[in-house]
Amino acid sequence: MAKSTPTRLRVLKTFKLYIGGAFPRTESGRFLQEHNPKGQLVANFCRASRKDLRNSVVAARKAQPGWAGRTPFNRAQILYRMAEVLESRRESFESALAERAGIKSADAQAEVDAAIDRLVWYAGWADKFVQIMGTTNPVASPHFNITSPEPTGVVTAFAPRSAPLLGLITAIAPVIVSGNALVLVVENEHPSIAIDLAEVFHCSDLPGGVVNILTGLREELVPHAAKHMDIDAIATFDATDEERRLIALEAAESVKRVHNFESPAKHDWAQASAQSPYNILPFVEFKTAWHPIESGAAMGAKY
Amino acid sequence: MGKTANTSVRDLLFGDLWDYAPAPESRDHLTIHERYGHFIDGKFVEGEDHFPSINPATEEQLFEVASADEATVDLAVKAARKAYDKVWGKMPGSERAKYLYRIARMIQEKARALAVAESLDGGKPIKESRDVDIPLAAAHFFYYAGWADKLEYALPGASPSPIGVAGQIIPWNFPLLMAAWKIAPALAAGNTIVIKPAETTPLTAMMLAEIIQEADLPPGVVNIVNGAGQTGAAIVNHPDIDKIAFTGSTDVGKIIQRALAGSRKKLTLELGGKGANIIFDDASLDQAVEGIINGIFFNQGHVCCAGSRLLVQENIADELMHKLRHRVSTLIVGDPLDKNTDVGAINSREQLLRIQELVAAGKDEGAQIFQPSSPLPEKGFFFKPTVFTEVTPSHRIAREEIFGPVLSVLTFRTPEEAIEKANNTPYGLACGVWTDKGSRLFRVANALKCGIVWGNTYNRFDPTSPFGGYKESGFGREGGLHGLLPYLEVR
Repeated sequence: MAKSTPTRLRVLKTFKLYIGGAFPRTESGRFLQEHNPKGQLVANFCRASRKDLRNSVVAARKAQPGWAGRTPFNRAQILYRMAEVLESRRESFESALAERAGIKSADAQAEVDAAIDRLVWYAGWADKFVQIMGTTNPVASPHFNITSPEPTGVVTAFAPRSAPLLGLITAIAPVIVSGNALVLVVENEHPSIAIDLAEVFHCSDLPGGVVNILTGLREELVPHAAKHMDIDAIATFDATDEERRLIALEAAESVKRVHNFESPAKHDWAQASAQSPYNILPFVEFKTAWHPIESGAAMGAKY
Repeated sequence: MGKTANTSVRDLLFGDLWDYAPAPESRDHLTIHERYGHFIDGKFVEGEDHFPSINPATEEQLFEVASADEATVDLAVKAARKAYDKVWGKMPGSERAKYLYRIARMIQEKARALAVAESLDGGKPIKESRDVDIPLAAAHFFYYAGWADKLEYALPGASPSPIGVAGQIIPWNFPLLMAAWKIAPALAAGNTIVIKPAETTPLTAMMLAEIIQEADLPPGVVNIVNGAGQTGAAIVNHPDIDKIAFTGSTDVGKIIQRALAGSRKKLTLELGGKGANIIFDDASLDQAVEGIINGIFFNQGHVCCAGSRLLVQENIADELMHKLRHRVSTLIVGDPLDKNTDVGAINSREQLLRIQELVAAGKDEGAQIFQPSSPLPEKGFFFKPTVFTEVTPSHRIAREEIFGPVLSVLTFRTPEEAIEKANNTPYGLACGVWTDKGSRLFRVANALKCGIVWGNTYNRFDPTSPFGGYKESGFGREGGLHGLLPYLEVR
């Protein structure tokens, strides 16, 4: 367990789940253990169950219309606020990355830097990707015609197996920036950092339920997510062929959108190539609206 | 809803005192071969296992068409792969563009023959194939031709590149138009193609193959294989295809999505719908009636985005239904080649049976049926324009895609109820909203979960306008700038 000074016993944190803006334990009462690279125990954490997943989807579905209904400007401010709060707690994350994950101090600092900067970068897209990805369509008839992206709805993402902080931001930001609600399933070497991050979100004005975080085993939760009829899209990072097969097989029943990302190589996580407005696209739907234009001739206009 | 609409005033109906004289489009400039095979590697091949293709308006055989087996599909994929590697994938976009422009022009040159072929083979009224299907097919090639050398401007910062060999499967409701929707963006993006037309409507696709040959498109860039579901499965399951694009039923779409499980193929699906056409009490009712008619009876209702559920605000329901019944009674059902025909033949016996089954279910479940009294042709597959009232959201005719000239009418009181009912379906392709109030139109359009919203209009299509669904109506867009996305790798 984490270090104590000779005179004082350190207070340890219980790592729970993050569902609907609250931190419940897994309803299953099960736990898994996280170790540092030396093999020392650093945390017990929750092994989320099917029921936890279902509860998260309910929370996400409830939160999603309100989140999508926020103005893009407001969503941008909230993502930026998440970056602000992460910056204010950066030392805590640096020491967590160092102590629990054994990441060298300079690398830990670089990962926190990149995580904050990536949040800021995606925050800026909230009120811009609609302008880049939307179109006015010059149809060959007297109609006004526009196409605009809307969030798909409830997305479940299986987080990267590496980059315990930056990987999470890379998975979360492009999904929620457009107005989706997310259930993030984290299975990596250091899932406790995901729950620390949930605390950042919790005090960043992000409405409860927009991001839900489950720690546990992908093997257990992948089939349940793939079958769940109220999940609109699934994102994976580093999915095995078997995971891809299983998800595609079950996702078809409700025509879920499935997008499989590959994690970048270790040293490329912080690069600009690991972020893209095109990572927003798999989780939006394009809506096209038509309306007639009154005929000038019919109104007796002279032009 | 009022079954006793205003009948005190005698309606003047076209055709109740006299009939229109027949005005058939001539077919003598169209040459139909006795037999069609496939178009592979730039050559027409005889093919195997031929089966008859009939004219649904007369039930007479038009020609025979082949059914590609796995070996034939494999030849087509090999030709497409070779053309991609050696020619098309390397060709400058500006040269690809000129081939597409050529094809667009040749479709325009042959427009009349193509329109007649489309109506003969599929049963759609000549006025629709002549004024909608064929001009739009040409326009799609023309539109995407211009993208071929401008892809880097379409997707800023994305350095787009083609995907490879695309397998495409298209339906029978807009045969040439669906071929254009699939082929034009794929070629503009630099991919090569194996495409399968629907088994009941291969004629215009084979005429397009002739155009492609005359346009000197390099061999193998477009390969057309005929056949039914088994041929489609051979395309979907072929290991050397990089991307599948399917338009058709949601049931088959799900089968394809499952079939691709474990492969790395990309997929886009354009599936079924149960579109709501919502009429608010401030709408222009006469215009709305035309929109309702166009929404459900265009192409015999064989339209995935058909406005097959009419949602009428309760306080105008009686008046609107009176106008609508009157208008339905004036529709001319009959010979697809007749220039006055509004509603042509149902595409196949199989589809007619499906429509009959669902209409019977509507009656059994207690909805009230209205059909005009005019008789149907004695031969061929025809179905009367049908309007069901007193439909509840749980009725099969309110939930299942009928894909025929059958309208289900429901009512609502508030915008909230209209939105709720419109979205109460696993589908999400298209909706219509009729109101004179702009702010309400925007609000409802935003709240509808569907890919196309027609405000004060319905069933409009354009090559610049993206088309595709939410939810179980599929994913990916066809048309417009967004129609390029499924055919490009984006970094």
